[in-house]
Amino acid sequence: MLIHEHSRPGREGAPQAPAVKADVSDIPQQLLRQGRAALPEVSELQAVRHYTRLSQKNFAIDTHFYPLGSCTMKYNPRACNTLAMLPGFLARHPLTPDRYSQGFLACMYELQSMLCEAMGMAAFSLAPMAGAQGEFAGIKMISAYHQANNDDARREVLVPDAAHGTNPATATMCGFAVKEIPTLANGDVDLDALKAAAGPQTAGLMLTNPSTLGVFERQIEKIATIVHDAGGLLYYDGANLNAILGKIRPGDMGFDVIHTNLHKTFSTPHGGGGPGSGAVGVGERLKPFLPLPIVAEDGGSFRCLNEQDAPQSIGHLSAFMGNAGVLLRAYIYMRMLGKSGMERVAEFATLNANYMMAEAKRRGFQLAIPDRRASHEFIITLKKEASELHVTAMDFAKRLLDLGYHAPTTYFPLLVPECLLIEPTESEAKEALDGFMDALEQIREEAKNNPELVTGAPHTLPVKRLDEVNAARKLDLAFKIEEAAPR
Amino acid sequence: MLQVIGIPDTDALFDEIPPHLRVAGLDGIPETMSEMEVSQLMHRRAAENKQAVCFIGAGAYEHHIPAAVWQLATRGEYYTAYTPYQAEASQGTLQLTYEYQSMMTALTDMDVSNASLYDGASALAEAMLMAVRANRKSKSRRILMPRTVHPAYRKTADTIVSGQNIELVEVEYDRNTGTVQLDAIQQAAGQDATAVVIQQPSFFGTLEDVDAITDWAHRNNMLVIAITNPLTITVLKPPGQWGSQGADIACGDGQPLGAPLSSGGPYFGFLCSTQALVRQMPGRIVGRTIDVDGNEGFVLTLQAREQHIRRSKATSNICTNQGLVVTASTIHMAIMGPQGLENSAAACHANTRELVAQLSTIPGVSQAFSSPMFHEAVLTLDRPADEVLSALAEYNILGGYDLGAEYPELGHAILVCATELRTEEEITAYRSALQTVLEQEQETRQKEIA
Amino acid sequence: MSEIPSELRYTKSHEWVRNEDDGTVTVGITDHAQELLGDLVYVELPEVGTEMAAEDAVCVVESVKAASDVYMPVSGEVVVVNSDLADAPETINDSPYDDGWLIKIKLSNPDEINDLMDADSYEAEIEED
Repeated sequence: MLIHEHSRPGREGAPQAPAVKADVSDIPQQLLRQGRAALPEVSELQAVRHYTRLSQKNFAIDTHFYPLGSCTMKYNPRACNTLAMLPGFLARHPLTPDRYSQGFLACMYELQSMLCEAMGMAAFSLAPMAGAQGEFAGIKMISAYHQANNDDARREVLVPDAAHGTNPATATMCGFAVKEIPTLANGDVDLDALKAAAGPQTAGLMLTNPSTLGVFERQIEKIATIVHDAGGLLYYDGANLNAILGKIRPGDMGFDVIHTNLHKTFSTPHGGGGPGSGAVGVGERLKPFLPLPIVAEDGGSFRCLNEQDAPQSIGHLSAFMGNAGVLLRAYIYMRMLGKSGMERVAEFATLNANYMMAEAKRRGFQLAIPDRRASHEFIITLKKEASELHVTAMDFAKRLLDLGYHAPTTYFPLLVPECLLIEPTESEAKEALDGFMDALEQIREEAKNNPELVTGAPHTLPVKRLDEVNAARKLDLAFKIEEAAPR
Repeated sequence: MLQVIGIPDTDALFDEIPPHLRVAGLDGIPETMSEMEVSQLMHRRAAENKQAVCFIGAGAYEHHIPAAVWQLATRGEYYTAYTPYQAEASQGTLQLTYEYQSMMTALTDMDVSNASLYDGASALAEAMLMAVRANRKSKSRRILMPRTVHPAYRKTADTIVSGQNIELVEVEYDRNTGTVQLDAIQQAAGQDATAVVIQQPSFFGTLEDVDAITDWAHRNNMLVIAITNPLTITVLKPPGQWGSQGADIACGDGQPLGAPLSSGGPYFGFLCSTQALVRQMPGRIVGRTIDVDGNEGFVLTLQAREQHIRRSKATSNICTNQGLVVTASTIHMAIMGPQGLENSAAACHANTRELVAQLSTIPGVSQAFSSPMFHEAVLTLDRPADEVLSALAEYNILGGYDLGAEYPELGHAILVCATELRTEEEITAYRSALQTVLEQEQETRQKEIA
Repeated sequence: MSEIPSELRYTKSHEWVRNEDDGTVTVGITDHAQELLGDLVYVELPEVGTEMAAEDAVCVVESVKAASDVYMPVSGEVVVVNSDLADAPETINDSPYDDGWLIKIKLSNPDEINDLMDADSYEAEIEED
């Protein structure tokens, strides 16, 4: 039932607002709302019970092993939440002058510095509110750089065909044409194709390393040389940073601009789909173009740079400080990890992924890229099971839910048919990994002996398999209760 | 585990990385801190932010949020869940988001809402991109943008859309009323414009002539993009009721509906539209459907337009929504109820009206504009605003937002707001402090002259 | 095995073309294409009177999994669109070559029809996929 269906006219909770509506007769009548917004009227207990019970229908990291590839579902330490919500941060208005906000700005400044160190970049901006916005900032900076050099012919951005969909979408949003570069079967970018494609029309290349195929781009230095020699810049999509944190840094690989996903690598909460943060870092060349605000230190105190300080900045991406609360959580996480902790992240994330990959192979599953090391994630293809047993990756995913596991990422990257992209993260104990592999084997057995169990899954969740076609054909996007009568 | 993998140590896991590129260690990162130590650090830092009574609005507002809201929103099942791609395992988040969409359509009186965007400013940018894509009757890429729209929104929107050949045409406002006049809009439109943006209440707190502007725009084949503070439309006419046909797209920041000030974020942008524009809507949308047994369920829908499928032809590159904040906001709206929200908005108006009345009695302080205001107002001072605000801060009062940088033509001006949280004592204390501050400055000047 | 009527012509991007012998052609997407897309949920048709060149994107067909462009097989003016598809996009899945037609084009250059593939060539083309 929807909360709206618990609604009864006149019902309300304990007073959360003034009991009597103040006089608004000084407002011209034709500008006032006639009648009341048709919002649900419920008691506080009804609301609390409803949303508590709804929460219990969710799978979450706190309740289930969640090996969702490319999403880095690691444990979200609760201290990050409690400390980010201390009243001194929580009640602060974003337009409070800098001199009264030194505690907050100190945290932001140190976060910028730590990100520079961890990523090997010269400067960072915390402005972008999600990875996609970070990408946008990165490509926009590349555009601004070429424009500043009067290099107007560079209208093309190169993107590997295995790239996440945000990459080409971002390039288009910035007014570029997109050219796709093929990926080879071993997971590396096709260097010959890249050489042929790079030229005076190239603004840059967007790349992630390790790639979306779960393997390290071994020829990264050659790639960097090809693109830089052609006069283009190199953009790093930080989605897979968890694989290399403390081992190798994007700046050292030759990237000119990177975005990080603080909600992946730095464990800010996924929250059912957000808020994220896509802090963006640059080398010296792109420093003048960083989006605002940036926190600077000036004789022991902190302040936000503005347009006068940064005349070539690409500008603002939000009205205020981006997702400030998320930034605080990332800061707290990084302080708790510290140098030693940070250097262990990639180690255990990669160990867990390679262990699962070896187990997958041992148990007879087909690896998409069998002869390479896994990064922090790896891919199984269920092509064989699909053709022999007539069960798809989707069916496997749904049956995993019944067995108490959130499914891995399915059907991404698009290049691998019937694939599962599995990312355990460093947070999980060996038993969780073994249990998951056992579950995969069990499903394969069921597919042979009792296929309905798999193709009809899930069976034990609040709903069975949902009709997405119907949802898209007969759009039902909002519930309308009758307009309430004016009081 | 190493045995199963077939390697001697964890270092071998990284043997595909060129050794000369490996970093020796992250020496610039401070060492690990225990939770206790970090807690002590953060308490110190929190205390270094000045505690003061807040009379600043300007797009972020301090409201009462019922205790249950964030207790529920930070339950692990909401806090640590991901985007609901496996719908059957995410019915909590999906149903809640559907309820959110329903509530936003009811508030704005529009047909559809998406599952939220990052914030109000970026939502405006998305609304503009949507208008350009959707307006079948005009090929123009010019959008009329009054200066009474929040300056940070205008700047942000420009950053986001300028790479796609969209021109923001600035429209000046009337200095007496603090609103934008129809003839100024008409002149700015010239021969072609595809959309007009109207913010109600305006950034100044003044009330625009939304009906006349909306009808004019529709007669001239333009789309209307409404920006509004969603709490205020419980009292003011919502965008779906502007003019004879209603606005085409409504957007703004949902922060007043249950998100704490939190130093600037996370907030959320809401985006609503008429049914006709639904397929141009960026971001995620949740739809209600049935499962194989005919039971009600919820899924992400219309995903084919999104970046992970359309790639370079996507409507936008947006990948997340502001999930956790939307969760809190939905619970907030359910607990506050329509009457609670309405009374809260009316109280903000009454308090601001009271604040303005009291402060205007002080010599040297006057209201900038003659037209009706709602929830916020501009006051002009006879002293530089930054000096006055600094002096007030000594009394632990954040007196308002200095408009000097963005609106120098207004002279010494501040934007003030008193929400429902501001008590009679706090308002009186502000008046008394301001009076003292201005008298002291007056004395200082007189001494200097003598 | 998908259906490939022998009297029609085809493009590499999976459009079929029926020559109406009056200077117009009817265009739709092939059985192979509708199979790949899955259940269709929406079709975006151009305005009548739109003029485009061959290989321009003229329609969008949307399923749950994908939104695909449909390309002009020949240059010309769109003279009729199949507006029944608005309420029943699934018609394309059920009857891709008959009731599921998308648009009719008035050719600006009648010779362009000869550049299109015949049924055998199209069959060979999709077998390679």
